[in-house]
Amino acid sequence: MILETAKEGARLMRDPMVPECLRISRVVRETHDTFTLELDVGERSGGFSFTPGQFNMLYLFGAGEVPISISGDPGEPGRLIHTIRAAGTVTRAMASIQGGGQLGVRGPYGQGWPMEEAKGHDVLLMAGGIGLAPLRPAIYHILRHRDWFGRVVVLYGTRTPADVLFSRELEKWRGRLDVSLHATVDRGGREWRGHVGVVTSLLPLVKFEPADTVAMLCGPEIMMRFGARDLVARGIPQESMFLSMERNMKCAIGFCGHCQYGPSFVCKDGPVYRMDQVTPLLNVREI
Amino acid sequence: METQSLEKIVREHPFFEGMREEHIAVLTGCAKNVRFEVGEFLLKEGEDARVLYLLRAGKVGIEAHVPGKGAMQVGRVGEGDVLGWSWLVQPYRWHFDARAVEVTRALELDGTCLREKFEKDHELGYEVLKRFVAVIAQRLEWTHMQVLDVYRNG
Repeated sequence: MILETAKEGARLMRDPMVPECLRISRVVRETHDTFTLELDVGERSGGFSFTPGQFNMLYLFGAGEVPISISGDPGEPGRLIHTIRAAGTVTRAMASIQGGGQLGVRGPYGQGWPMEEAKGHDVLLMAGGIGLAPLRPAIYHILRHRDWFGRVVVLYGTRTPADVLFSRELEKWRGRLDVSLHATVDRGGREWRGHVGVVTSLLPLVKFEPADTVAMLCGPEIMMRFGARDLVARGIPQESMFLSMERNMKCAIGFCGHCQYGPSFVCKDGPVYRMDQVTPLLNVREI
Repeated sequence: METQSLEKIVREHPFFEGMREEHIAVLTGCAKNVRFEVGEFLLKEGEDARVLYLLRAGKVGIEAHVPGKGAMQVGRVGEGDVLGWSWLVQPYRWHFDARAVEVTRALELDGTCLREKFEKDHELGYEVLKRFVAVIAQRLEWTHMQVLDVYRNG
């Protein structure tokens, strides 16, 4: 009987539509509207493996399910971390969660950042707003294997100094001699020492070898569109540029069509796309 | 000797890249080197706009005073950038403050001197204005993106 229950449990665990209940071990308030949840994966053998850029479906029982990128370190599979902005009904309800609560988790899903392709090249990461969260696993991976990559440039833009995510880590990374990190805000008080202006205005400040650079962009679509255009103008080929697209998702496994983006499904074929795969779609209105 | 080295600095500033030598010489006649300490104002809103700055080193915050909030930085310029075009546009008054965030070295060009030179030599004026239009267009685009407040929902 016990064995049958265990088998049934294992079957359910393999069913991609059945969430696994995980306990929230830590809650970090990042900014006034953004928080990070660390989930306890202690009983999973091997922890929770994922590729930088992948996402999970997080289910807050009684509220609903949302796709959230994993923002933790892929080199530490024992810690499953998501950084969430309270923007809708479900994420606002999640914001009031305390440590010790539970979430249903399905995943990891989707295509992540091209970490293998980036090996041996300069890497430029451009993030805007909450877009830094899906890129953070890529930064962890690059820093863990720093000698696999050439120059590393991180450009981050957000609204105000109070909206800056992971500020302690940004300070730490900026202090490294092998990383060029620039942060900018749209507006800031006199005490702000970083740059002021949109994230693309940081590009003239950084050096990289365009023909040998892999660029990864994550943020509001309009930021990525302008960012990609400026990177193309700097000489980075579209084939070396990758964007993380965001759409409403339901099943996360390419069945329901909720996240259809042109001929593809963002949940299965994305969220990370090579620039030349989405260029025709980026300029289509109402898609 | 001093004029020669100033001419070299004018010639080597990115804003004047590709300018003809005779134009560089004329522009140098309107230029001088200046330095600003941290916190010192380069421009103040409402004051007469008499100069153009070509930044050589340092960082300058472009600020607007918001009632109830104090000074807000809305832009930042640094090495290689140009600051100030109100000396070109009547009534020649600054629309923003600009304050040194770091110790800043710059070339200061006298606006009245430049306008007089441009009136006499339209080709020189056109060359400089072409460069200004490119800078203004770039800053306008960045400003449009700031106005869109793209990070509000994402």
